[in-house]
Amino acid sequence: MKTQDWKNLGWSAALLVVAALLPLTNDGYLISLGVSIAMYTVLATSWALFSGPTHYISLATAAFFGIGTYVMGSGIEHLPYWVLLPIAGLIGGVIAALVGLATLRLSGVYFVIFTLGLAEMTRQAVTWYQNQTGHKGTYVLTELTDPDIYWQLLGLAALVFLLGWAIGRSKLGFALRIIGDDEDVARHVGINTALSKIALFVVSGATAAIVGAMIAPRYIYIEPATAFTPMLSFQVVIMALLGGTGRLWGPLVGVIPFTLLWEAISSSFPNQTTLLLGLSFLAIVYLLPGGFVGLYDRLRGRAKKRSAMA
Amino acid sequence: MDILITGLILGGTYALIALGLNLQYGVSRIMNLANGEMLVIGAFAAFTLFTVGQVSPLLTIFLVAPLAYVLNWLIYRIMLRPLVKRAKNRGMLEVDAILTTFGLSFVMVGLMIWAFGGDYFSYSYLARPITVFGDNYGLNRVVAFVCAAILCAALFLWLNVSRAGMAIRAVAVSPENARLVGIDVPKLSARAFALGGAVTAVGGAVISTFLTLDASTGVMFTMKALIIVIMGGVGDVRGTILAALVLGVGETFVASVIDPGLTLVAAYALFILILLFRPQGFFGRKPT
Repeated sequence: MKTQDWKNLGWSAALLVVAALLPLTNDGYLISLGVSIAMYTVLATSWALFSGPTHYISLATAAFFGIGTYVMGSGIEHLPYWVLLPIAGLIGGVIAALVGLATLRLSGVYFVIFTLGLAEMTRQAVTWYQNQTGHKGTYVLTELTDPDIYWQLLGLAALVFLLGWAIGRSKLGFALRIIGDDEDVARHVGINTALSKIALFVVSGATAAIVGAMIAPRYIYIEPATAFTPMLSFQVVIMALLGGTGRLWGPLVGVIPFTLLWEAISSSFPNQTTLLLGLSFLAIVYLLPGGFVGLYDRLRGRAKKRSAMA
Repeated sequence: MDILITGLILGGTYALIALGLNLQYGVSRIMNLANGEMLVIGAFAAFTLFTVGQVSPLLTIFLVAPLAYVLNWLIYRIMLRPLVKRAKNRGMLEVDAILTTFGLSFVMVGLMIWAFGGDYFSYSYLARPITVFGDNYGLNRVVAFVCAAILCAALFLWLNVSRAGMAIRAVAVSPENARLVGIDVPKLSARAFALGGAVTAVGGAVISTFLTLDASTGVMFTMKALIIVIMGGVGDVRGTILAALVLGVGETFVASVIDPGLTLVAAYALFILILLFRPQGFFGRKPT
């Protein structure tokens, strides 16, 4: 590792410690906002690990999240909480691998379409299964409080960032960047494109499932309509794109302002959320392609040019 | 038999919607995820005119089609054309188009909820039974099917016989080479996109005679239309119609034999089979 890496690591650790101090404020509203931000940070960052380099837009976050929630919901009476988290990750990962095997061998459009309906399809299947067995929802009763959930999510965020950093430096990360630039070239230089894509999709699917399992105790009562909200997938995509997927820290920069903004919007215009979500999508495509990261890079590029001229 | 006919009738209306999407994706290369909303707009128009002025939905079509054509033409010119120009390759355009049309679909849903509220809407048009092969079906369903069949046939003929249809097919096959034989590709892309939108909106007006819809059901139809287009093959009219009928029958089968809540699961099962065994569509050839 170079000195720059150590420096970055130091800064990140310091930020993490500062973030971990939030529950000490004892302010319920702040902590619940913190839980949302931590949750979206994990989801958006792990989404960008896959979709950033490959440009494959995954809309399956809500499906994996819901699966994780249900693993926790149906297992909490039989197994301890800490065992269920990895199980949720494992199941999420296996399903992601199956979805990836079916769609990622083909062009990107198939993948987008498939993930678009995945949450809704899983919801239908779970609802049907529950109707067959005759119960409507499940209770998740634990001793966990909001600060506990917040710390767990922060820990998971740190893990995802470390993993993302490691992948970025590995052969796999390099392969993915080539696939994103030109898939044909990637295939010709001997990269197993399907396998690389599936590997990363599994990472993001498993992470989303673990997040769902961690959030489950907060819901207390779980039913298909709350666990599989298609809106979640879109929010994650917007946040990640707003920040920019070119850098590891990009999604984080998008998550914080968007979560705050969304909080304000949904409390003052509860009926116009869909409209405003649509407008933010359009704003990002037309005004901020590349997100904040893209803007930052352009500004820096311009500054460099200017200093070179002088 | 009952399932087969109900399924075919449903599939017929699906075919109309999917043809609209296929024109937009096959020719203009825009994966339009706001397609389902265009359908709901058509349905809303039929509903409003029927409840306010007792106008038959079959007449509304003639009003909906030109309006939807103009609306979609404007959408293409104002919103999508800049993206086509900006994109360096087809992959980039696809990502941009998906995000934009997503945004557009949310905006449309939001506007419709704002204007009409989020309630379900339906009206009673030709709701009397008719006997076909010894079983009873709603007359409105049968009329909708006939209507869809006529429109599909007309579109198919127009694409295959007329000069403009041939130009459109040429762009679908290869936009680069179509330019070389003197086809104005940007102009034709805009027209195909507009036409696709109009076809879908007409499909919405037709489907509203027998289905209950609300402002946010559009995405379900988008999903189904996408699955049909992929099953049938991009830019393939025959394939699209066949795929729509297969999906209609499959869905009706699952809904009546297992559970009505599983229609999307049924569509997905078909989708997976196609992806695994014939990703190039029913009539498609393997790329060499």
